[in-house]
Amino acid sequence: MSATTKSSEATAQLQQEAHWRYVLRLADTSLVLGQRLAEWIGHAPALEEELALANISLDLIGQARLLLTYAGELEGRGHDEDALAFLRDAPEFCNLALAEQPNGDFAHTLVRQWLIDAWQLEMYAALEHSSDTRLAAIAAKALRETRYHYRFSRGWLIRLGDGTAESHERMQRALDALWRFTAELITPDQIDEHMSERGIAPSLPELAPRWSARVEEDVRMASLARPAAQPYPWHGKRGVHTEHLGHLLGEMQHLQRTYPGARW
Amino acid sequence: MSEADWPLFEVFIRSRSGLEHKHVGSVHAADAGMAIEHARDVYTRRQEGVSLWVVRSADIVASDPEEADALFEPARDKVYRHPTFYAIPEEVKNL
Repeated sequence: MSATTKSSEATAQLQQEAHWRYVLRLADTSLVLGQRLAEWIGHAPALEEELALANISLDLIGQARLLLTYAGELEGRGHDEDALAFLRDAPEFCNLALAEQPNGDFAHTLVRQWLIDAWQLEMYAALEHSSDTRLAAIAAKALRETRYHYRFSRGWLIRLGDGTAESHERMQRALDALWRFTAELITPDQIDEHMSERGIAPSLPELAPRWSARVEEDVRMASLARPAAQPYPWHGKRGVHTEHLGHLLGEMQHLQRTYPGARW
Repeated sequence: MSEADWPLFEVFIRSRSGLEHKHVGSVHAADAGMAIEHARDVYTRRQEGVSLWVVRSADIVASDPEEADALFEPARDKVYRHPTFYAIPEEVKNL
């Protein structure tokens, strides 16, 4: 075998690896955020809001299932959606660190949701035109759901940001606390760049100003102040997480870990 | 803000184009816009409809149950108001 063939094989392998890792990142962000929202069940401030959060949670877990199944196929090691969701440890998860942040009060949950909704809205709108037709189809479905999620979270952002003195203060506090995780949403790494070059994923430097403008406009409507840019120590998509992910997985994976292969 | 401060809205769903809106229940919400979203989240989770109406419950004028006799009793013995006295020709298939 010539050296050229060998290196082109290695390249193909790297490309495949980047591809499944990229799909896995999208899947994990939806899965972890969906799990977080499900924690509100039984605790939401009103029955109607509880159902709204549960509906969004189920949409996100539905997206995660499609994406995990696809990632498992791309990986080619026989991992199905359940194996990927329930049998990986925290460092193998590659969700955005923002998604795993605790629910906190209703303000924290809503600000986290709104930041990710605004991001997913831009991501899915672009991924709908991906050269990867399977990913494009998943994105098209997810985009319809995300439009409603964004309408919900943006509505609350504005209501509470522009509401009473207390609601305003709580929303601002949540925004200040979560802002440090937003750089990761729009900062590309090698995998993002590689996927964008192949026409599979959008270019994050091109997407960033659209996300930023949307967030800026909503923050203004909500009478909130956009925090200054902050250092960026978390790389959730590369497996570097905050301590919160481990706790979330402990609860989510408990049953499958204790009774492997358990079914309804 | 608590749910107790939110007014009640009655929810109506049209299940398919061409059919009428039907009352399905109620939700609490701060305003009409939120009431539509709550109605969507509470009552259309299983593809129940294609259109929603919400109306402030306080805006609905209802008949007084005490007056039921006066209002509805008189219709009771007027069977001739039902169109059941006509012989339908056999040729008419659909009526």
